[in-house]
Amino acid sequence: MRPLVYLYTFVAVAALLLWAGAGALERADGLPGTGAIIVYNWGDYIDPDVLRRFEEETRIRVIYQTFDSNEAMLAKIRQGGTPFDVAVPSEYTVSRMIAEDLLIPLDHAKLPNLKNIDPLFLNLPFDPGNRYSVPYFWGTVGIAYNKDALGDGAIRGWNDLWDPDYRDSVLLIDGVREVMGMGLNSLGHSLNDTDLEHLTAAKAKLDALTPNVRAIVGDEIKFLLANEEAPIGVVWSGDAAEVIDENDAFDYVIPEEGTNLWFDTFVIPKTATNVDGAHAFINFMLDAEVAAQNTEYVRYSTPNREALAYLPPEITEDQRFYPDAETLRRLEVYRDLGRTMLSTYSELYLEFKMHRK
Amino acid sequence: MSVRLRLLYMTPYLIWLALFVVLPIGLIAVTSLTDIHGRPTLDNFARFFTPTYLTMAATSVWYAFLITVCSLAIAYPAAYALTRTRHKAVWLLLIILPSWVNLLLKTYAFLGILALEGPLNAVLALLGAGPRPLLFTDFSFLLVSTYIFIPFMILPIFNALEDIPRGLIEAAEDLGATRLDVFRRVIWPLSLDGVKMGAQAVFIPALSLFMITRLIAGNRVITLGTAIEEHFLVTQDWGMGATIAVMLIVMMAATMALVGRRGLSAHGKR
Repeated sequence: MRPLVYLYTFVAVAALLLWAGAGALERADGLPGTGAIIVYNWGDYIDPDVLRRFEEETRIRVIYQTFDSNEAMLAKIRQGGTPFDVAVPSEYTVSRMIAEDLLIPLDHAKLPNLKNIDPLFLNLPFDPGNRYSVPYFWGTVGIAYNKDALGDGAIRGWNDLWDPDYRDSVLLIDGVREVMGMGLNSLGHSLNDTDLEHLTAAKAKLDALTPNVRAIVGDEIKFLLANEEAPIGVVWSGDAAEVIDENDAFDYVIPEEGTNLWFDTFVIPKTATNVDGAHAFINFMLDAEVAAQNTEYVRYSTPNREALAYLPPEITEDQRFYPDAETLRRLEVYRDLGRTMLSTYSELYLEFKMHRK
Repeated sequence: MSVRLRLLYMTPYLIWLALFVVLPIGLIAVTSLTDIHGRPTLDNFARFFTPTYLTMAATSVWYAFLITVCSLAIAYPAAYALTRTRHKAVWLLLIILPSWVNLLLKTYAFLGILALEGPLNAVLALLGAGPRPLLFTDFSFLLVSTYIFIPFMILPIFNALEDIPRGLIEAAEDLGATRLDVFRRVIWPLSLDGVKMGAQAVFIPALSLFMITRLIAGNRVITLGTAIEEHFLVTQDWGMGATIAVMLIVMMAATMALVGRRGLSAHGKR
């Protein structure tokens, strides 16, 4: 009996000490209410130096957390366990969050730098008047390919991927909307199509691509392409820019059949406890010079018109990442499909993944 | 020991059991009976018995079986050799050490090792057999999963082999048994409990692998674990995700029962 009592006492005392210690550490770190904000962003999607500058200039500490899909982020904010002050959803998730009443309206008086944003990216259908969101980056879904291995201009559109010569050569990003969208676009359908017949046809078309698909992977697609594990990858534009930076054999094309145009935005979720701090952060990120520095690091396309002046022309004049108005017209923005339709998409996508060569 | 004292000893474990075993499984069971809008339904189970999910279940079982067999084929001789070495503690530590390293880190290391430009392909090229794609194949999937599960197979087998009294083996040899007979009739039956424990420790987690299926198999191998991940994170169809989890629990219970029953018939009542 004795040793057991000692053991329990020891565990209880140790637990108390650790708890007190953790509390002290958190206070030293500065938790919400004591001049800190919790930012919830995609992985590898901000220049760490920009965060440091924000902390120095405003004396507000940033606690930074990351996610790897809109859906995972949404689930966590719905549950409300962590008091996130700023989050970075894509446009179709913004509509979902507005519909579910998960967002706090923005106070435009506290965001004077909003004037730096190109009006082209303001007042879009998913958030009229930008009541809840301001754009952070935008980009496309497209094809990165090794022009040294396949020949310059070998790939122009989705349907080129079905070429039997490209057996085992294609890497796909593991995303339901991206891959199903590719199938739909290649058949000339909208990537927001909800017609079951079109969806089944798109899935059958994707099944036919299976012999060419080497793998369906996540963020590691950048590393795999840059190391020439495969010559073709279906990727987001900014990832392609990173691959090209590392390996200049690669080129990026916006498929001629059309593809997805997306916007990632700053929002303040209902979980926020430091709404002023959140506005200060968003306004800081909209500053032209800060946005330029961040763009050079992240490599996606910035909606910040004033920031373009600070960026080298080889970035801003690159048609692959800053396409002209005519190309933009061919692109489509995801609409929120609702849970039931998304479930249908997922089921078809799962079946495509299971289709063996 | 008095009843009250025994109850006192048991209390922490009982609380643990209720909070972290019974309650979560109960929640999963309840969730599995709801549809995507949270309304009660039995549809999820009907959906499980469609070709998509049945194929997925069969794939999961097949690969888990292959991983178990590969681990056993490597772990048994290794454990046997281990009992014959002098510095057992050191060798054992070397086998356990890799399991202290984070799983994700080890998996990423394999991405480099198996790459087209990686060291393994360099060796293959020297032998005139490469470079060839190694990543995203059945081979790479089996290799990495087996590598990760081997310590869990070696330890119980090693313990079982260590427990066999030396005298029994010597007696068998003295009585004229060949080395094969000694192995077949003495060592193997007496180590069978370790083999079963190892097989369970490998087969059951192997059924619901998901991270390796993406990183190493490039989603060319789809197991039930992948489907659970997708339903919880992307589709938000928690009901279907939970249904697959329930079916996995049922499959695991069946495995345990099967292995356990055979154990009884082989040994009599213990």
